[in-house]
Amino acid sequence: MQSQTLDPAKTALNYHHTEAAAHHEEHPDHRITGLIMFLVAEGMIFFGMFGAYLAFRSVLPSWPPEGTPDLELLLPGVNTIILISSSFVIHNADTAIKKNDVSGMRTWLAITAAMGAIFLAGQLYEYSNLEFGLTTNLFASAFYVLTGFHGLHVFIGLVAILAVLWRSRVAGHYSSEKHFGVEAAEIYWHFVDVVWIVLFGLLYIL
Amino acid sequence: MTQAQLQEGANISALSEEPGGRKWRDYFSFNTDHKVIGIQYLVTTFIFYCIGGVLADLVRTELKTPETDFVSPEVYNSLFTLHATIMIFLWIVPAGAGFANYLIPLMIGAKDMAFPRLNAVAFWMIPPAGLLLISSLLIGDAPDAGWTSYPPLSLVTGQVGEAIWIMSVLLLGTSSILGAINFLVTIWKMRIPGMTVNQMPLFCWSMIATSAITLLSTPVLAGALILLAFDLLAGTTFFNPTGGGDPIVYQHMFWFYSHPAVYIMILPFFGLISEILPVHARKPVFGYQAIAYSSLAISFLGLIVWAHHMFTSGIPGWLRMFFMITTMIIAVPTGIKVFSWVATVWGGKLRLNSAMLFAMGFVGTFVIGGISGVMLAAVPFDIHVHDTYFVVAHLHYVLFGGSVLGIYAGFYHWFPKMTGRMLNEFWGKVHFALTIVGLNMTFLPMHKLGMMGMNRRIAVYDPKFETLNFICTMGSYLLAVSTFPFIINAIWSWMYGPKAANNPWQALTLEWMTTSPPAIENFDKLPVLATGPYDYGMSNGDNKEVENVPFSDEKEPALAAGPNSALRADPDPKVAANPEDRK
Repeated sequence: MQSQTLDPAKTALNYHHTEAAAHHEEHPDHRITGLIMFLVAEGMIFFGMFGAYLAFRSVLPSWPPEGTPDLELLLPGVNTIILISSSFVIHNADTAIKKNDVSGMRTWLAITAAMGAIFLAGQLYEYSNLEFGLTTNLFASAFYVLTGFHGLHVFIGLVAILAVLWRSRVAGHYSSEKHFGVEAAEIYWHFVDVVWIVLFGLLYIL
Repeated sequence: MTQAQLQEGANISALSEEPGGRKWRDYFSFNTDHKVIGIQYLVTTFIFYCIGGVLADLVRTELKTPETDFVSPEVYNSLFTLHATIMIFLWIVPAGAGFANYLIPLMIGAKDMAFPRLNAVAFWMIPPAGLLLISSLLIGDAPDAGWTSYPPLSLVTGQVGEAIWIMSVLLLGTSSILGAINFLVTIWKMRIPGMTVNQMPLFCWSMIATSAITLLSTPVLAGALILLAFDLLAGTTFFNPTGGGDPIVYQHMFWFYSHPAVYIMILPFFGLISEILPVHARKPVFGYQAIAYSSLAISFLGLIVWAHHMFTSGIPGWLRMFFMITTMIIAVPTGIKVFSWVATVWGGKLRLNSAMLFAMGFVGTFVIGGISGVMLAAVPFDIHVHDTYFVVAHLHYVLFGGSVLGIYAGFYHWFPKMTGRMLNEFWGKVHFALTIVGLNMTFLPMHKLGMMGMNRRIAVYDPKFETLNFICTMGSYLLAVSTFPFIINAIWSWMYGPKAANNPWQALTLEWMTTSPPAIENFDKLPVLATGPYDYGMSNGDNKEVENVPFSDEKEPALAAGPNSALRADPDPKVAANPEDRK
């Protein structure tokens, strides 16, 4: 291992002065692209599970299998409206922080978090009232696994929003210039919302 | 930057003795330098390769005779299951990621990956997942349902081993998804100014294709494994026919990942070979765009052909026709690559060193595996040889003759860059000779065994297959022996080998434009592109690195005359001193 033409003092940390560093500073934030790719991967897990659900449905002679109690539509319907509305609410948080309005952002995020919590509570309440269990039949298993897996994602989104709220207590942590956390939470929340719309259509309506 | 920061920077850099200098303990730490992570990947996966190889030799030892005289059938099942799982998920797939980690930022002129910490996280998922998998042998309940883990078999054999298998594969899948995100963002966002997509090295193209399929198909396997885990542990019956479930759905989901996965296992090495062949044939690569775009075509087609693994599972005839045709179409982009490589080598002034030998061995054996792949794509033939040793022969020609030889070619080619030392060529050639003989001795007779009707995954077989099995087993021992020259050569050369020049092969990709090994943030000054994808130079036109070539062939002084004289795509009489070179 030899030093060749490069002087260590020039290469390691004074590197920030070089044109190469300047180039990288032109693109300071690749995180949104990375997050979207991560969500593509997440979406493919749901895609695979939805595909499996449709395959089970097409293989079995009747769907849901005979004897499956009907699903109540009122509670999940209300829950769906709450979740979809929360997507619009969280967008206001993003708009607020882009205008440097930190307290506005905190308010909108808090409302979103409350709506997400209501959704999760509603889902748990629905589970407790259902007349079938995880192993009752194929439909029941798919219902619990799919909605449960989605619920887990809502929970993760909720934690992300709460984390943003927690960190926003530090003055200057988020500003009109610097708001990746808010944006990431928002994009993730929209993703969870879109998945729910497909899920709701598949499990409850179709 | 403040004076204090400058001072701090100077102090820290003073700690580093030399630009590429890394302490040995950096390689055992949560380091975020893409070069350290690349080497961590390569060394770790090579250790798993050795473990998987020992398991393979145990399998072959059992198969040396028709009876079960070495291990019990249950242990035999665990051995081939773990062999396949380790080789696929812990060696070939992460080894490709290892090369990508090391090379991509260097090749595109970046100082690191887009997400260095995520990169380290992705690597550090691998050792625990591998140890978890191997620990299942110690607790005496190793997974034994094959690497495909088809239900309902996987639901009725050992429960703990199967759960370990699912957990381990989920971890490894997560690791490769995180890696793929990093590769895609790095390649798209961090290229040096002026490097358009059509000026990227071909390895970057192949990693885009690989990462795209990783991103789209691995999560579907995760979905299947989550459902399988529910069946195994929570009593659901998604894939269990006794409760109304459908095991064929598992097969669809499994192969939706695992067929594209064979391209995850081969595309990175297509890329490596496309880099290595032109350098050692001393000719520009033939058909840059054809090779680049055929990678994308392969990855797209790879996503829509999964059910050709299921021709005998009772899927409808029209579906079998669709999958037969799409599968065969993959031969077109693959053929484009193979012919481009042949045209690259054709008429070149070959430098027959270890890297080149492995690269050419790659092309030759891969073609055999590819052709048997087209045969298997034909429904009637596939039904005839389904689950026989013909399939085993095919997949090993592709994965050993393709991927493993590609990995070795990459090791020999980039070893000087990674370590700053040259490998010993003589032992490299011994390694190549033993490997190529061992591989053909092991896997060529399997074609015949399959045609004769010997089933795969069995410990007891008809005595008429004994002679051929004996040859295969001897070949597998030879393969085991063949790794020793490599291991000793690599360790010895890393410590005591002759120092490598910055560009010992007169190559024209960016990674050769920095020191060997590269400095911590890769480039002192930003390299620039001259014209084509393989016409790189330093920003001030100073190409001393390229001229300073101790290993150049003295019989051909023209090659050392100018930076791009040997490999320029367009003949330039002012630069090319020897027009003979471009026949």
